[in-house]
Amino acid sequence: MAVISYRQALHDTLRAEMTRDEKVLLLGEEIGKFEGSYKITAGLLDEFGPKRVRDTPIAENGFAGVGIGAAMLGLRPVVEFMTLNFSVLAFDQIVNHASKIYTMFGGQTAIPIVFRTPGGGGQQLGATHSQNIEVWYAHLPGLKVVAPSNPADAKALLTTSIRDNDPVLFLENLGLYNTKGEVPDDGPEVPIGRAAVAREGTDLTVIAYSRGVNVAVGVADELAKDGVSVEVIDLRSLRPLDRETFCKSVRKTTRAVVMEDDWLSYGVGAEIAASVQEGAFDYLDAPVRRVAAAEISLPYAKPLESAALPGADALRKVIREQLDATGMRSKS
Amino acid sequence: MALIRAFELRAQEMYQRAKIGGYCHLNLGEEATVVGLMSALRAKDYLFANYRVHGYAITRGLDPGEVMAELFGRTDGVSGGWGGSMHLFDEGVRLMGGYGIVGGQLPPATGAALAIDYEQKADDKSDAVMCLLGDGTTAIGAFHESLNIAGLWNLPIVYVIINNGLGMGTTVDASSAEPDLYKRGAAYRIPSTRVDGNDPDTVRKAAEKALKSAREDRRPYLLETTSERLKGHSVVDPAKYRTDEENKELKENDPVPLYRSTLIKSRAMTKKQAQEIDDEAERIVDDAVAFADKSPSPKPEQLFDNDYSTAVAGAPKQMPGDPLITF
Ligand SMILES: Cc1ncc(C[n+]2csc(CCOP(=O)(O)OP(=O)(O)O)c2C)c(N)n1
Repeated sequence: MAVISYRQALHDTLRAEMTRDEKVLLLGEEIGKFEGSYKITAGLLDEFGPKRVRDTPIAENGFAGVGIGAAMLGLRPVVEFMTLNFSVLAFDQIVNHASKIYTMFGGQTAIPIVFRTPGGGGQQLGATHSQNIEVWYAHLPGLKVVAPSNPADAKALLTTSIRDNDPVLFLENLGLYNTKGEVPDDGPEVPIGRAAVAREGTDLTVIAYSRGVNVAVGVADELAKDGVSVEVIDLRSLRPLDRETFCKSVRKTTRAVVMEDDWLSYGVGAEIAASVQEGAFDYLDAPVRRVAAAEISLPYAKPLESAALPGADALRKVIREQLDATGMRSKS
Repeated sequence: MALIRAFELRAQEMYQRAKIGGYCHLNLGEEATVVGLMSALRAKDYLFANYRVHGYAITRGLDPGEVMAELFGRTDGVSGGWGGSMHLFDEGVRLMGGYGIVGGQLPPATGAALAIDYEQKADDKSDAVMCLLGDGTTAIGAFHESLNIAGLWNLPIVYVIINNGLGMGTTVDASSAEPDLYKRGAAYRIPSTRVDGNDPDTVRKAAEKALKSAREDRRPYLLETTSERLKGHSVVDPAKYRTDEENKELKENDPVPLYRSTLIKSRAMTKKQAQEIDDEAERIVDDAVAFADKSPSPKPEQLFDNDYSTAVAGAPKQMPGDPLITF
């Protein structure tokens, strides 16, 4: 078992899948000669040639749709968007075509395509480049949406996604690319639609995904020193959503906090809070709380941006309030 | 041409009798274009269409009964009742779908051409893609993005602009800064031409040449055909934006009677044979309606049959009103 970065895990997986299956090809802006904006595809053009590693023009809707058509004829394209923000230009092809074609044509043609893209704020890129709009895609039946939080999952879920016959939006995170972790050589398969217990606990459940999982685990480790036992659920897939796993956890701990990077209103947390209400209401000792981004287009200035994004401080505060409100005093 | 005419007139009638719901866009007036294009395609070529697709589906070889059943929303419809008039699909004849979003078909069609290029040599035996679009669609970004990529990567695809003069109620000169639409090929170094879409032989010849260029030279091609929509944009559009004079002209230029008299004049066909063809078309359409009528409607229990191709854990399959979590 090697310790490698999230970036390396993604790179290795692309390489392994391209080696295994000739039908896998890569499409995207600057993924070849430039080796990818975040270097996930470094070296792949040299190894596999321009037929399989295709630099596209700046035409997100065009090349996303080109991937869809190629998938209809049996290829397995992995399309890279430089960031989630630019996938908005391809919204028509993802929303109206990739996610609908299988159902709309009566199950006659599958679309085995992966749209890979980093998301996440915190890089001082301003309002248009810092959006966590994963929930726009998670809202769509027909599309699968996964968001790995660690290198092992990045490898396992990308493998599953490439081999899956449905369109998958594969959400990476700028803040995670350099994080390291153990990645098994032949890891267990991670199916799409299954959450994981990232850390076990008994007093309160934090439900998170992607970067938020790491924040939550950090806070949970800290609070353990105060005698508070926090369980962290890593959703891994935003669609389908594994409601069973987090409801089961909440039934055990009786308290729930959602940690999400997106905006509060209509966000991932809204869906989870509603699901907890439906699946664990009788067990709840307190209303579900949500820790989300401030509802504002993200500013460039560092203090403002930091204030707007949810982090360990906000999560710690909400967990403490949750515990205090339910008679389980946490030291502060 | 006679069959498309009969089918579309009957589709209009069935819509008025509420057998067909939603939108229903007809090929009336475009029969010569449809037949010319479809006769140039080989069986292994792929066709991507817009939402005005009935005539293409039938000419491509789909059973008119199954097409009518799709318009009726029945299980025997070509898309199992999931698609409706705008979304006919059949992989068997490589009709890769009608697409209801203006321009939506262009990038996937271009991707299909990429897949052909990926797997086949450029020669007379390779497949090609034909992608249909309306004149109004040339204003969409996907048109530019697709032609640019196809030109850049030398893909085997023929884009056909079916210029019927109108996008809903908007004329070509009111929507395109360059109303000679075929000239837009020049911006991508894509060879292009415009032909009379009311003459099926001319259309066929042009399409054959375009397809040959696509499969053998791996140069995409932009073909523009000119014809006219006989009726409104869809069945519910009374086309009030047309003057009486324009309507009179439409009648005079109607390609179906025109081609019929051309064939009779040149003695390729007798009047009697023409009548027999019309009668046969009516019979086929009668049968199509009877077949569609008999085909069962899909049942609510089938709602999740086509949600994903690879089954997945936790996919919610609850009906409205069902609890989401039941453990
Ligand atoms: C993206 C998008 N915008 C608008 C519409 C509504 N709409 C449907 S057909 C149409 C006109 C298209 O005209 P044209 O491309 O000339 O095709 P024609 O109907 O003449 O065959 C419009 C505006 C749509 N379906 N999709």
